[in-house]
Amino acid sequence: MPFLAFSLAFMIIPTFYLVVGSFVDSKTGAPTLQNYIDLGGDTTREAYLNSIEISLVTAIGGAVFGFLLAFAVISGGLPRWIRGALMTFSGVASNFAGIPLALAFIFTLGRLGFLTVLITSVFGVNLYQGGFTLYSKVGIELAYMYFQFPLMVLIIAPAIDGLRRDWREASENMGASTFQYWRYVALPILTPSILGATILLFGNAFGAQATAYQLYPLANIVPVVIGRQLSGDVLHNPGLGFALAMGMVVIMGITIFLYTILQRRSERWLRR
Amino acid sequence: MSNMGGGVNTVHPEAANLVAPAGAPEQRRRWSIGRLWWWFVFIVGILYFFLPLLGALLFSLKAVPFGAAFTNSLADPLFAQGLAYSFVAGVITIIVSVGIIVPTAFWVRLKLPRWRPIISFITLLPFVVPPIILVFGLIKTFGAPPFPLTFTDFGSNVLLIAAYVILSFPYMYRAVDTGLGAIDVQVLTEASQSLGAGWIRLLWQVILPNLRVALLSGAFLTLAIVVGEFTIANYLARPAFGPYLSLLGGNKAYEPAAVSLISFGLTWLAMGAISLIGRTGQGRVSVAGAR
Repeated sequence: MPFLAFSLAFMIIPTFYLVVGSFVDSKTGAPTLQNYIDLGGDTTREAYLNSIEISLVTAIGGAVFGFLLAFAVISGGLPRWIRGALMTFSGVASNFAGIPLALAFIFTLGRLGFLTVLITSVFGVNLYQGGFTLYSKVGIELAYMYFQFPLMVLIIAPAIDGLRRDWREASENMGASTFQYWRYVALPILTPSILGATILLFGNAFGAQATAYQLYPLANIVPVVIGRQLSGDVLHNPGLGFALAMGMVVIMGITIFLYTILQRRSERWLRR
Repeated sequence: MSNMGGGVNTVHPEAANLVAPAGAPEQRRRWSIGRLWWWFVFIVGILYFFLPLLGALLFSLKAVPFGAAFTNSLADPLFAQGLAYSFVAGVITIIVSVGIIVPTAFWVRLKLPRWRPIISFITLLPFVVPPIILVFGLIKTFGAPPFPLTFTDFGSNVLLIAAYVILSFPYMYRAVDTGLGAIDVQVLTEASQSLGAGWIRLLWQVILPNLRVALLSGAFLTLAIVVGEFTIANYLARPAFGPYLSLLGGNKAYEPAAVSLISFGLTWLAMGAISLIGRTGQGRVSVAGAR
């Protein structure tokens, strides 16, 4: 089958090549585990911690806000046309990642960005003197949020749609308050979907490279370090670069594994 | 996403009468506070969405004379080259991806249902192997004999397209598979075969037209992604739109703002096209992986 051949040649074998490389001492060519032990070194450990922190913060932040936003337009009593508009916005924003996104944030919250200037002139507070900088973890998080919460809106909207009106009416008929309805009916049904979506957002941020690269090329986060390693062996050890990449594959693998399990669980209630 | 909210109200008319008089006034008050809150959430979302665009727009308009940032970028031959390169790459990616995915998904549905989990698993892999890892592996594998593809421009172009095709597999497969689920593959196959059609004719004239919505949405999503893609093109040193914009961002003041907005407009066009083709269409996709 051409499909299998293609996947094998351009994805599986290249990945396997990295796996093999990660177990080889790049100086002597002998098999070793040293590359993985070296991952515990200061720079690489910090890169992982930074990446995980950024992904966690934007996944949880994006999930909470995206859920609220999706709920607002579906069941919040807002006019019907707003829903269609938000869905289109979300489709665009969740795909508007990478270089142009980073640039747009620089023009907005960079040193001379229009919000930075506006805040200085209106409130007399200079964000950058106050310790804020876009070229940092916080800056990367702000930029990632731009595609994280719209992605959440797109993923979670069908689940919120799946909450049947009958369930709400049934619980009200039995005397449940709004709080009780959410606590005992809606949230338990939505939990697998929400968790699954949050995990997907985590992976989405963890694998992103272009946005952070453009915003802050010296950022010590895994995808950006791998990029630097690719263009000039900044780790001074090709084997360590392979191990760094494998660590990322493992984390992404766990992410996708958890996501598929949760998705299977959430489908139980959402079948029409 | 086909169900635009609002099911059938199943409350018995009499029951509604019983509840309404007592509950109505209180409910209305709660509603208005609640609604205010939901409006607030919505406005925050919209602000987050538009402020960076406004930032880029204001910055691009600072160039003198008015609109110079736009006219300069459009006049830059590298801009046209990058965009054209990425567009062509996108079109080739779509053709290759459709050519691989449609027969595979069709064949799996018709003859090899036991292979479904394996195929689904493979189409999930591009999420596990994000672009930066994919390009890393490709460069290491094809950057030396016996397959020194990165040594030539043509070889690098092949690698770029191959990587993009891999990236397109997850949503293409999902779109095509749900599209196939909406038609009766078995009956269509038997009908066309009994009329004397061969496999190619069957795929080209019977199956493909039935997958129009799925394929078009997959195609536009691919275009949106490929035209804005940076990571893979950059490390393969291809003269694509993404690396061009990145370089511009480091060298010029106002032009990058203008080109960012143009790039945003292109994404918008692609997404608009997706939402236009068959609003209730089976197998519409609008999300891809990390960048």
